[in-house]
Amino acid sequence: MARMKFLCDADRCIECNACVTACKNEHEVPWGINRRRVVTINDGKPGERSVSMACMHCTDAPCAAVCPVNCFYTTADAVVLHSKDICIGCGYCFYACPFGAPQYPKVGNFGSRGKMDKCTYCTGGPEVDLSLAEYEKYGSNRLAEGKLPLCAEMCSTKALLAGDGDMIATIYKERVTKRGYGSGAWGWRTAYRETVAM
Amino acid sequence: MKCLRLLALLLVVSLAPPAFAQGTAPNPDSAPNPTAESVNEEMLFKQESKIGGRITIPDERAQYLIQPQGRDWRQFHETYLPWIAGAAIILMLIALVMFYMLVGPAKSEFKPTGQRIVRFRGIERFTHWITAVSFILLGLTGLNYFFGKRLIAPLIGPVAFGDFSQYAKYAHNFFAWPFTLGVLMMVFFWVRDNIPSRGDWAWLKAGGGLVGNRHISAGRFNAGQKIVFWGVVLGGTLMFISGLILLFPFEWVDVNGMQLTNVVHGLIGSLFVAGILAHIYIGTIGMEGDFEAMVEGTVDLGWARQHHDRWAEEVAGTARRDDPPAPPPAGARQRI
Repeated sequence: MARMKFLCDADRCIECNACVTACKNEHEVPWGINRRRVVTINDGKPGERSVSMACMHCTDAPCAAVCPVNCFYTTADAVVLHSKDICIGCGYCFYACPFGAPQYPKVGNFGSRGKMDKCTYCTGGPEVDLSLAEYEKYGSNRLAEGKLPLCAEMCSTKALLAGDGDMIATIYKERVTKRGYGSGAWGWRTAYRETVAM
Repeated sequence: MKCLRLLALLLVVSLAPPAFAQGTAPNPDSAPNPTAESVNEEMLFKQESKIGGRITIPDERAQYLIQPQGRDWRQFHETYLPWIAGAAIILMLIALVMFYMLVGPAKSEFKPTGQRIVRFRGIERFTHWITAVSFILLGLTGLNYFFGKRLIAPLIGPVAFGDFSQYAKYAHNFFAWPFTLGVLMMVFFWVRDNIPSRGDWAWLKAGGGLVGNRHISAGRFNAGQKIVFWGVVLGGTLMFISGLILLFPFEWVDVNGMQLTNVVHGLIGSLFVAGILAHIYIGTIGMEGDFEAMVEGTVDLGWARQHHDRWAEEVAGTARRDDPPAPPPAGARQRI
C-alpha cells in the first residue's frame, strides 16, 4: 500500500487559490469552512513564497491522539479520517493540529462548534464507499474511483503534489536538482518527522 | 562622451552585488537568479516559534501555516495530564482510606443540651448544595475528556461513548454557570467568617485535633474549613476564567493561548477534584455532626460548644436573652 502525502513545491505555487476553490466545489464544503488554504509568507518582500496547506495526514497524528472520543482512524493508504457520528465538537484537534486543518461549521461560542470537518484526501469517511451518506458528510471519494485528490490533480503549475510519499519526494528532488534550488517540503518535518533529503 | 558615461554606469550597476542574490544558485550563464532566493521553513523557525503569513480568507486562525506547539500540547494532554490527575486523585483516596482505618472518624462526645441552634440558614445550604452538585457533575464530565476514552469507551463502544460524551460536554458547559453562581454566593455569605483570625494558627499546629480526638478552639469556621473556603474561591476563580476562555474559543487568545488555557484548566481542575475529596470525607464520615449541619441546618448547642466554641458563645449569647439559660456543659471552653 502507498503512504499518501501532500507536498507543496512553494517555488512553483503562484497563489492562484484554484486548489482551494476546487476543493470547496468538489466536496460542496459549507461557507466558512476551508479544508485547504494558501498562506503567503513574506508577502511583498524578496523571497516571498506561497504554500497551499490542508491536513497533512500526519504519521502518529496529534488530532487522533488528543480526541476524547477516539473518532479518528487511519486508512491503509495512511490517510487520517474521522467519524462525524462520534465527533463531539470539542475543538481539541484544532489545538493539537500543527497545520490548522480541523474546521467547525458553527461559530463555536458555548461549545457549539458542530461536527469537525477537514480534508479527507478525497477519501470520504467511514460510510460505504461512494454512498450518498458518505458524500453528504465528507464529500466525494476520489480515491475509491482510482483518482488522486482534486486539488493536486488540477494544480495549474503542478506545485501541489499528491500521491505516494516516496514518489512525490522523487519528483520534487528531480525538480530541485534540475533548477538548482528549492525551499523544501513544507511541513514534512512536523508531519512525518522526516524531510526530503537533497 | 555620452556613450562613455553610459558604459561607466553599466559597469557600476553590474559590479554592485544585488542584495537578494546572496547564497543562491547561479544561472547556467553565471548570472544571479533572483527567484532562487526564498524563505524556507528552517530559517523561519529560527526566527519565530510558528510560521504564518497572509491569507485571503476571513478566518484569522488560518494565517498560521505550521504551529509545532500542537505537538507539545498533545504531549501534555495525553501523557502528563492523565498521570498527574490520576496520581493526585488515587493518592488522595489512598490517604483518606488510610486515615480512616488508622485514625478513624472524629467522634463528638458532647452532652446534648436539647437546644438546637441554626448553623446554616436555608439560603446558605442551598448555596452549598448547588455548588456541590455542580462541582461533582463538572468534575466527572471534565475527567471524561481524558479518562473517558480509556475507561468508559472500552466498556460501551465508541458510538455510545460519543453520544454520552456529547451530553457530558453540554453538561460541563451548562453546570459551569450554577457553579460560578454558587461560589459567588459563598463569598457573599461566608467571607466574613472565613477571614483568618488569631486562633487559626493554634488550630493548624494541633492538626485540628483530628488525631487524638481533641477539640481545638475555633470560631464559626475552623482553620481547616477556612482553607477549604479559600481553596474553593481561588480554584473556582481560576476555573471560571480559564473555562470562560475555553467556552468562547479564539475570542481573546490565539491557538497557543487556547492550549495554555486548556493546560491551566485541566491541571487546576484535577487538583481541585482531589482536594474536594478530602472535604467530602471530613464532611460525611470523617466528622460526626458536620453532614447534619449542612443538611438540616441546625446543630445541638453542645456540639457547637465542642467544635466551634467561640461561635457557639456568640450565638448562645444572643439566644440567652429569649431562651432559658442552658447550663454550660463540662469541658466546654469558656472564653471571655
